[in-house]
Amino acid sequence: MVTIHIDGTSYQVDEQQNLLEAILSLGLDLPYFCWHPAMGSVGACRQCAIKIYKDENDTQGKITMACMEPAKEGTYLSLNDAEAKEMRSHVIQWLMTNHPHDCPICDEGGECHLQDMTVMAGHAYRRHRYNKRTYRNQYLGPFINHEMNRCIQCYRCVRYYRDYAGGDDLDAFAAHNHVYFGRHEDGVLQNEFSGNLVEVCPTGVFTDKTLKSHYTRKWDLTTAPSICHHCSMGCNIIAGERYGSLRRIYARYNGKVNGYFICDRGRFGYEFVNSDKRIQQPMLRKERNADPEPTDKQTILRHIAERIQNNDRVIGIGSPIASLESNFALQQLVGENRFYGGISNSEDRLVKTVINILRQGPARTPSLKEIENADAILVLGEDLTNTAPMMALSLRQAVRNIQKKIAQKLNIPYWQDAAVREAAQEEYSPCYIATPAGTKLDEVARKSMRLAPVDIARLGFAVAHRISNDAPGVDNLSKELASLAAEIGESLKGAEHPLIVTGTSCRNENLLHASANIAAALKNAGAQPSISFTMHDANSMGLAMMNAGTLAQAKHEVQEGNADTVIILENDLYKRIDEDAATEFLDQCQHLIVLDYLHNKTTSKAEAVLPVSAFSETFGTLVNQEGRAQRFFEVHIPAEPVQAGWQWLKDLSTAAGKNAMSDWQNFHDFTRHLSNAMPQFKDIEAISPPPGYRVADQRIPRQSHRYSGRTAMHAHHNVHEKKTPQDKDSAFAFSMEGYRGQPPPSMIPLFWSPGWNSAQSINKYQIEVGGGLHGGDPGKRLIEPQEKADSPYFKNIPEPFEPGENRWLTLPGYHIFGSESLSMHTPGVAERAPGPYLSINDHDAAQLNIKDGADATYVVADRPYTLAVKINASLPRGVVELPAGLPGLPTAILPAWGKFSEASE
Amino acid sequence: MENVLTKNIRPDQRPVSLKEYEEAGGYQAARDAVKKKTPKEVQEEVKKSNLKGRGGAGFPTGVKWGFVPLGDDAPRPKYLVANADEMEPGTFKDRVLLEGDPHLLIEGMIISAFAIDAEVSYIFLRWAYKKAEAAIEKALAEAYEAGYLGKNIFGSGYNLDMFLHTSVGRYMCGEETGLLNALEGKRATPRAKPPFPQTSGLFGKPTIVNNVETLCSVPSIIAKGADWYRKLSATEDGGTKLYGVSGRVNKPGVWELPMGTTMREIIEEHAGGMRNGLRFKGALPGGASTDFLVNEHMDIPMDYANVSNAGSRLGTGTLIVLDDQTCPVGFVLNLERFFARESCGWCTPCRDGLPWVERILESIEQGDGRNEDLDLLNMHTKYLGPGLTFCALAPGAMEPLQSALKYFAEDFERHIKEKRCPWRH
Ligand SMILES: Cc1cc2nc3c(=O)[nH]c(=O)nc-3n(C[C@H](O)[C@H](O)[C@H](O)COP(=O)(O)O)c2cc1C
Ligand code: SF4
Ligand code: SF4
Ligand code: SF4
Ligand code: FES
Repeated sequence: MVTIHIDGTSYQVDEQQNLLEAILSLGLDLPYFCWHPAMGSVGACRQCAIKIYKDENDTQGKITMACMEPAKEGTYLSLNDAEAKEMRSHVIQWLMTNHPHDCPICDEGGECHLQDMTVMAGHAYRRHRYNKRTYRNQYLGPFINHEMNRCIQCYRCVRYYRDYAGGDDLDAFAAHNHVYFGRHEDGVLQNEFSGNLVEVCPTGVFTDKTLKSHYTRKWDLTTAPSICHHCSMGCNIIAGERYGSLRRIYARYNGKVNGYFICDRGRFGYEFVNSDKRIQQPMLRKERNADPEPTDKQTILRHIAERIQNNDRVIGIGSPIASLESNFALQQLVGENRFYGGISNSEDRLVKTVINILRQGPARTPSLKEIENADAILVLGEDLTNTAPMMALSLRQAVRNIQKKIAQKLNIPYWQDAAVREAAQEEYSPCYIATPAGTKLDEVARKSMRLAPVDIARLGFAVAHRISNDAPGVDNLSKELASLAAEIGESLKGAEHPLIVTGTSCRNENLLHASANIAAALKNAGAQPSISFTMHDANSMGLAMMNAGTLAQAKHEVQEGNADTVIILENDLYKRIDEDAATEFLDQCQHLIVLDYLHNKTTSKAEAVLPVSAFSETFGTLVNQEGRAQRFFEVHIPAEPVQAGWQWLKDLSTAAGKNAMSDWQNFHDFTRHLSNAMPQFKDIEAISPPPGYRVADQRIPRQSHRYSGRTAMHAHHNVHEKKTPQDKDSAFAFSMEGYRGQPPPSMIPLFWSPGWNSAQSINKYQIEVGGGLHGGDPGKRLIEPQEKADSPYFKNIPEPFEPGENRWLTLPGYHIFGSESLSMHTPGVAERAPGPYLSINDHDAAQLNIKDGADATYVVADRPYTLAVKINASLPRGVVELPAGLPGLPTAILPAWGKFSEASE
Repeated sequence: MENVLTKNIRPDQRPVSLKEYEEAGGYQAARDAVKKKTPKEVQEEVKKSNLKGRGGAGFPTGVKWGFVPLGDDAPRPKYLVANADEMEPGTFKDRVLLEGDPHLLIEGMIISAFAIDAEVSYIFLRWAYKKAEAAIEKALAEAYEAGYLGKNIFGSGYNLDMFLHTSVGRYMCGEETGLLNALEGKRATPRAKPPFPQTSGLFGKPTIVNNVETLCSVPSIIAKGADWYRKLSATEDGGTKLYGVSGRVNKPGVWELPMGTTMREIIEEHAGGMRNGLRFKGALPGGASTDFLVNEHMDIPMDYANVSNAGSRLGTGTLIVLDDQTCPVGFVLNLERFFARESCGWCTPCRDGLPWVERILESIEQGDGRNEDLDLLNMHTKYLGPGLTFCALAPGAMEPLQSALKYFAEDFERHIKEKRCPWRH
């Protein structure tokens, strides 16, 4: 810490910061544009001008850009100096010479950093009396709208898109006051993190096209903190509603998880909530072969109550995308031993193996933020950009760790972004990636290799053996892989923060074992490894921690006649297991009761269907792949009779005369009982304050103080203002009234601070800019490794992969758009998803005489599929990839052997 | 005085061949330096000569070289770059050297590269200098052929590669960090300093950028010694200088003269005085981005300190003369139009301020000026000053404007009052 003097007052600040960061961290205001807390300074906009004095006695001083000056001991500076203020207002004046001043029709209006800074810098009167320049806008795809006239040339977009996110199809073009930010030609922005441009751009150039299609001002949104449900990373989001539909998703800053950003699937995949495929009414099939008919809440409850009352043959099937509370409620309803996980057996084995490895230790699972500190990385089997997008973004930052050292040597502070990148060029910390097919992250990897999953595992086992001789070695390893293993081993061993990343997407247990061995070997060699496993779903980890039975066991119970009534929670089994097997199983269930929010194949088989809330319509707790339990909150109340899964299950239980949950009054009671019932969840109650929590006797409002139309919006029904719905489940209010100060960090419904209406107001919620939130970043880690000296090694090393004779090992290939089914209800996501295809190595294709783009008939699990062939030279020979998660493809059962049918040869 | 820069240049400006150059004693200095001296010794000699950068800023050359890390653990490769971009309006001095005596530049670069122990060098040439391009290409081929470039030059064990890069023709490419970005294939926007190119320059490696004239002065310093070189000058600053004159004088041109020659001598003797019927009104002493000097400054020695004391800069030492029958507002408008167009667009004051300045001047010139326009112009001269914009382009652009507003205030006011340009009939 150093002492600096600002307008006569002395402050302690962090000398690692520049003066702008120090000033903002102190809670003072200074306008800025080009600096961004996640991207550092480049000194382009000249907005952050301050006066710096040589010493205490200097009265003249010099105008300087705060973002380009290190915070040095004994700095004397002024924010209020008249010249500095004048400079700041001139900068706005210059920016405004060409700005269209179209705030009333601009999507950014009301949360525009340019508006805020204009007010802050005090420029009001237009003196420029000439025409403005105009630009042609571009079509940038389904997610992002482009309105270049509003651009203030801060260069943040290109720095974010290219430097931070690794994109290459957005750039700055032309010069002088005609600089243009866009693509070289109209077209879809290709980067998977393009949506963050919406928040990075300080004005309305890049805005959310999905929001535009049902536009609402920020101040008119009802918002609450939520958690992304589209993969296992658990990114924190803010979801916003108006007139009963979900309007947009914004990143919610969490200093330990996603920081400022989210991926495009997370940002744009929300439209399933508004989908016309939503189940809006309970549906009941009066007889087995009758058509289901809509019915009311009482009837359906009575009907199901009859089925489950005094029936000991009821089982429940939970879900890895439903909350802990809903799963727990189901378990309470059916009984502990009659609750099953609802994922395939192989998946079940994998997640349980992961949990065992994490519990055993010795390595810790890192948060996303900690992943950014890794200085040697090995990725085994995961195409992270597509299976855990935000982890890929974190790894892109991690590989720059070596650049910190280079910068330090040259005395360049790390925040001086352009200079650091210049000095370090393409120098990256070691990152090794072994996957079946090429991945986008390969471009920052020191080496990337293409292997079948078992061979990736063998490489991993060999790495572990190289690090510590105690770890079992691998026989018959090729020379090439042996030397690679040696190189990777050395690199991990020599690192301060070595990281191993793997996951369940290859569906190969050997990979998990190999990764665990590497971690153990590193620990034994005295290193401090961390290990991260990606998983398939938003609550895969949470469900696995509940120690539920497997789907196979459930099936067995039904087959044996031990179960006749099956309750399925938010889970389309057709996406989990082989289609025929799913049909067979569901047909065997005498009474099938399904709770879900979207119609699907499983609901179509049900006797009774209960309409449940989507994530933004309820509360819940999810455990992400780090083992961090995080809470999401109800944003808006769904139209009756839609209600939360846990609420339905409680109502069923009560209707059936059971008292397991009868006195649970609200959501919080479910959480509390769960944390009491299962010690592994004992910390989840404390994630957020209870419903009775108040600040200054007030609730936290979900609506901004500028929320408009509260009376008018219902006036066509009733001119009396509607009674504000009471929230019994949390300390939030469905209202504009309430506490306007900063809520606890887990309960931030939107970031706002007087004078700071954009996402930049996050500064005000942080201990220091870019750091943790005041009060601690939300979420509770549930799994810490046992600190045992030496953990046992896994010893079952697989045989090397042998390409089959006329048969191909068929693996799932993942797509950020396409492999996750909820987000596919957003038209833009569906547009970005690939069509069904089959990819195959070029040599294999040549041998089979099939051409790129041609159709081939491929048989897997005895069913033929006609698919367009994509030749992918990066795939190993003998391996075929099918796109995971696309409807109509058998990816749930992969890996499996498949063959080309005669017809296509 | 003995000419050191232009001694080989032929009246018809045909480039000097390697043979001719060597016959005149060329490459002896490079040979001596590389074989008999250490880099430090070369640096010391140049420091002692008090050679200051001829690219405009006048930074002592030897001192600049001294910031480059030497020795075995220095980052490599290190680079030397000859700045031959010369896009400053009114400046055409480097062109004379580039077209007429390319080997002098190559020899200067070999010695300078050796002084910082660089292994790669570039000549960054203005796109429009086609004649120079041909001359340099030929000279480089000759020098490689003779073993003066490449591996083990002069049999000394020192290796140096030299490449010609022809720029795309933007003023910003001449600013040394913009130049480095351009050379790397990036947008020609400048870089923040520190870090200086001497420690993190081209591709992030230690780099020296020197002006062509600076580099061409080096061989004589090494050949004849710093003391001899310093004595060529009429003042404190060492050596000779290429002075040039453009504008309505009788004989516009470039001449090598002792550093510190007066403006009067340059205009009246060498440029042959003003053309018939015209009177001297003022001059930009060192290219478009310097402040006007006027009659009262005729007799000050044109060196770094004296021009600076007179409120301007020596800059490139090439005068643009304004006569009494040319409208000063139109003159400045023409310059600001150039600067506004050449702004790289990186920082706000320059990118959006210069076009505004241009349009105000246009209004005034067209008889549409308003009184408050002068306030706005003055505001720009203050807030586009050094340190307020990202690089020196905008402050440079303000120099002719601020001094015109000072010396020719009446002319600006007349435009506004009479709602017309008094020079147009
Ligand atoms: C906008 C701008 C353009 C410049 N153009 C040139 C140029 O064309 N040639 C040149 O030598 N220096 C130019 N300079 C100066 C260079 O930045 C740099 O100071 C010079 O090349 C250093 O060489 P010296 O130390 O030998 O003078 C320019 C500076 C600015 C700000
Ligand atoms: S488009 Fe937005 S982020 Fe990009 S330069 Fe313009 S204002 Fe800045
Ligand atoms: S990385 Fe996963 S959790 Fe995060 S925003 Fe993307 S889909 Fe959502
Ligand atoms: S002053 Fe700013 S905009 Fe102008 S050339 Fe320099 S960096 Fe570019
Ligand atoms: S924020 Fe400091 S110059 Fe842009």
